[in-house]
Parts: sequence; C-alpha cells; structure tokens
Amino acid sequence: MFWKAVYVICLRDIRRFFREKSQVIGSVARPALWLVIMGTGFNTIFRAQAGTADTYSQFLFPGIIGMTVLFTSVFSAVSVIWDRQFGFLREILVAPVSRTSIAVGKTLSGCLQSMIQGGIILGLSFLVDVHLTVVMIIQVFALIFLASFALSSLGLLIASRMESFEGFNLIMNFLVMPMFLLSGAFFPAQGLPMWIRSIVSINPLSYAVDALRGVILGVYEHTLATDILFMAGFAIIMTAAAVTAFNKEA
Amino acid sequence: MIRTENLCKYFNGIKAVDDVTFSVQKGEIFGFLGPNGAGKTTTINVLCTLLRPTSGRAYVNDYDVTDDPNNVRKSIGLIFQEPSLDDRLTAEENLDFHGIIYDIPKDIREERKKELLEMVDLWDRRKDVVKTFSGGMKRRLEIARGLLHRPALLFLDEPTLGLDPQTRSHIWNYIHHLRDEQGITIFMTTHYMDEAENCDRIAIIDYGKIVALDTPEALKKLVGGDVITLKTIDDEKAVREIGERYHLHVRRDAKGIHLEIKNSEEFIPEFISSFSTKINSINLRRPTLDDVFLKLTGHEIRAEEASAREKMKQHMRMRGR
Repeated sequence: MFWKAVYVICLRDIRRFFREKSQVIGSVARPALWLVIMGTGFNTIFRAQAGTADTYSQFLFPGIIGMTVLFTSVFSAVSVIWDRQFGFLREILVAPVSRTSIAVGKTLSGCLQSMIQGGIILGLSFLVDVHLTVVMIIQVFALIFLASFALSSLGLLIASRMESFEGFNLIMNFLVMPMFLLSGAFFPAQGLPMWIRSIVSINPLSYAVDALRGVILGVYEHTLATDILFMAGFAIIMTAAAVTAFNKEA
Repeated sequence: MIRTENLCKYFNGIKAVDDVTFSVQKGEIFGFLGPNGAGKTTTINVLCTLLRPTSGRAYVNDYDVTDDPNNVRKSIGLIFQEPSLDDRLTAEENLDFHGIIYDIPKDIREERKKELLEMVDLWDRRKDVVKTFSGGMKRRLEIARGLLHRPALLFLDEPTLGLDPQTRSHIWNYIHHLRDEQGITIFMTTHYMDEAENCDRIAIIDYGKIVALDTPEALKKLVGGDVITLKTIDDEKAVREIGERYHLHVRRDAKGIHLEIKNSEEFIPEFISSFSTKINSINLRRPTLDDVFLKLTGHEIRAEEASAREKMKQHMRMRGR
C-alpha cells in the first residue's frame, strides 16, 4: 500500500507535467536562454581561474542544472498548496494511506521531475561545448536525485505549514531566490565577503552545484564526498521534518 | 453505521460542533439540515478523519475516528461541497488515481469505472480533461469516484449546491438508487429544506447543536398544524383580534401574519365570516421543514446564508463567551 500511494502520486504529477505543453517547452527554453544569453554575454569578460572551465558558459552549465533542480523541486512540493486550495488534497488525505507515504510520494515526484528536466538540460550540453561520457551522465542523474530529494523535502516542509498562496511570494523572495543566487551557480564563492561565504556554506544548493561542476568539469571547491554527505544529511533531516509536519495534518 | 457521543469541535474558542450525539443506521439516508456555518461540514470533516474532535467520541462503521482512522477511511466515500477533482487530468485518470490509492485490483477497477461512468452519463467524456466539464458534470464525476471503492457509507456535503434543478433531481435519483440497490448508508448535509425531505431522518442543527432529530413527517408535526398566511388592511388590529378571540400565537413579517392551526379546513370558513378586520388575502398550506426550522430556532434558514459566520460569532458573544 505504501508504494502504491507513492507510485500514484508520482504518476499524477508526471501526467500533469506532460499535459501542459507550455510547461514542457518552458523547461527546455528557460535553461537554453540562460545558457545562450548569460553565457555568451559573460564569456567576453570572464577570465578563467586556473584549472576551471574554458568559458563562462561552461562554468555556468552545471549551475543551470542546479538552478533547474531547485525550481523544479520547490515548485513540485509547493503544488501541495495548490492542491489544498483546489480541494484535491482532501481526496488524498481521506484515502486509506499513511501520511508518510503521501509525503514520500510528493518528495520522490519532485526528484523524478527534476531528473526529467535535468536530462533535458544535459541534452543542451552541445550549446556550451561540454562533452559528457555515459559514466558522467549516470553520476549527474544520481546527484540530481540526491539534491532534489533534499530540496523537495524542504519545499514540502514549508508547504505543509502554508494554507494559501499568500506566503508563496515570501518563499520565492526570501528563500528560493537567495538560495539560487548564493549557490556558486553564477560565480565562485571564494574571495567574496565573509557574510556571503557563510550563507553559501549552509546552502544545500551550493553543494549540489559544486558536485555537478566537479563531475562535469572536473573541478571541486569541496570534495565529492563532502558534497554528498552534506546533501544526504540535509535530505534526511528535511524529510524527517516534512514527514512529521505532514502527519500533523489530521 | 455512525455513532457519536458528546462530540465537540472548537476553533479558537468557537464551538463549531457543540455536544452532538446521534446515530445512523445501516441503509439509512440521514440528513444534517441547517444554515451555512451551523457546523455541518465540520461534523463531516470529523467523521471522515480530516479533523480531530476536541472532545467526545465518534465511530464510523464501528471504528473510532481518532484511534483507527485508516479503517474509517476504507469504509467511507466522500463527495465534498467544493470540487476536489484534479482538473488537469481526464475523468478517467481521476478515477484511476482513486482506484489505485484505494488499492482496487486493475480488472475490477476497469469494470467499475465503466459501470459508474455510464451511470453518471460521462462514459463518452472519459478521455476529456476535467477542466472542460460543467459544474454538474464535475459533481457527477465526483459521485462516481466516491463510489468506486464500494464504500459502506457515503458522505455527501451539500451534494447539489449550485446545480440546476434538473441535475439536482438526477443526483437524488442516483442517491435513492444506491440505497435501494446496494444498501449503502448515506449521510448528507444540506441547507435546502425541500431536499432534506428526501431523507429518512433529519437532524436539524443550529449553532453547532442538534435542536431536533426525527423523520421529516414527525418534524413537521412539531408545527401546530397547517400554516395560514393572512394579509389584512390593518395587520396590527388583526393581530390583536386574533389574540383576543382565538388565543393564538401569531408571527408577523413583511409577507403578512402567520398562524398555525390544527383543524384549518373548519377554521377558515368560520374565521372569514366572523373576522371584523377586512382580509385582503388568505393562504393555507401544509407545514414545510422551513416552518419547523423557524419554529425551533426562531430564525429563518435562508436569511442566515450570507453571514452565518458573523452571526455565529455574535451569538457566542451574546452567550458571554
């Protein structure tokens, strides 16, 4: 029963994802625009640090994957608020399945969507002249899964506490955007003021971006092990908190 | 099928459900009748495990809603007041979601899906996205979904709210059909008096309390006979005269003077011939549940609709809470 509930919640989200053609197109167009416009624009003033990427576009590429994982995960989890508003959440909550299975289903659905979107961006690697091997692709998917697990459960924790859309802008402005900008996706954190570095160092997305950049371009700020450990730890704590919060919904 | 004992649910000190005790038998159509904000939906939400009671006990299909919510959930089907469909999915996909989450094997699911969609006249539209459906079609689809797992008990929260009369009578046909053919127990809420008459028994609820519980016929007997509505050239004088001559309690409003009479057939001719105030019009009718509600609560049900919550708060303050 547990896995059936998880399966059907994921199935529904995936069906919804592919039903909205504009969403599918957007999921390709948005990262492509970032890569082409931001990448090309900054290529001219970018001076590669020793041992990093050849161009800014290449430096940006893993960051864009990280950005997509962040937005996909958070939006996927926050769709619980939509479901609450439009009533579908009640259909889920009165079903004879545990609250834990619902929370896990929502989190895994975020991971699945992130992997689909991440896969699409990997397909754009030719735009920035990055060459991927099969092993790298598998590693990237594993990292996307882990990062998305952490971020989806964070989103779910927030969504379980929110009754309406009003808080949504608050989350976007004070959580998602800072996480996005201060993750090392656009610029490396070394050499920046202390206060920025300290925020970057507690941001789970920083570790996701670092690991992705390491796998794709071969340069790490931390080590792969540190990145994975931080994300796994964050994922476990957030999932536990999200499951607890969800169980409180009578 | 349902049993509650002194059930209470408070929201920030407001008693939404206040010491409610009742029971519903198997195969019964049981109605909760009252204005919006009277506590009907809250009671349903407690019974279907969406809210925890503040105090008291409630049992559904002999399972305790607090201690054994999963078994309660397996026993019940729900049709909510507001739509709870995923309108980006098709009708069929909505039913599939329900079927899988209720763990119905695929072959049985397909069979019932066809049967139910045909019953609610939506088989031809099964591949259409719910967004394109009218309010009545959505409600019918929800009924089909609520029945997919063959619940022993069906909760209907204002099942015909905002629907046209034709769809309403359609839905009532389904409900009677379900009870007669499948022996399903039905618990419903409504604030339409005429609809409540379809129930076997009715609980009238006002400000979170049950003020009366009986069959529609017995409830109507609470009103002292038939209802006569009278318009005269001088209502004030007429009221005085009725009081002096018949010692009857009357009620006055914009529509005229209302009085309740037992032997109205004999009363009217005598009344008209001997009454000294000129009568403009006189109207006799059998009592309705509207009259019962008015009699029991002292206010009309429809006047409450607009700001039931506000009135509820006022009522609480008046009680010194």
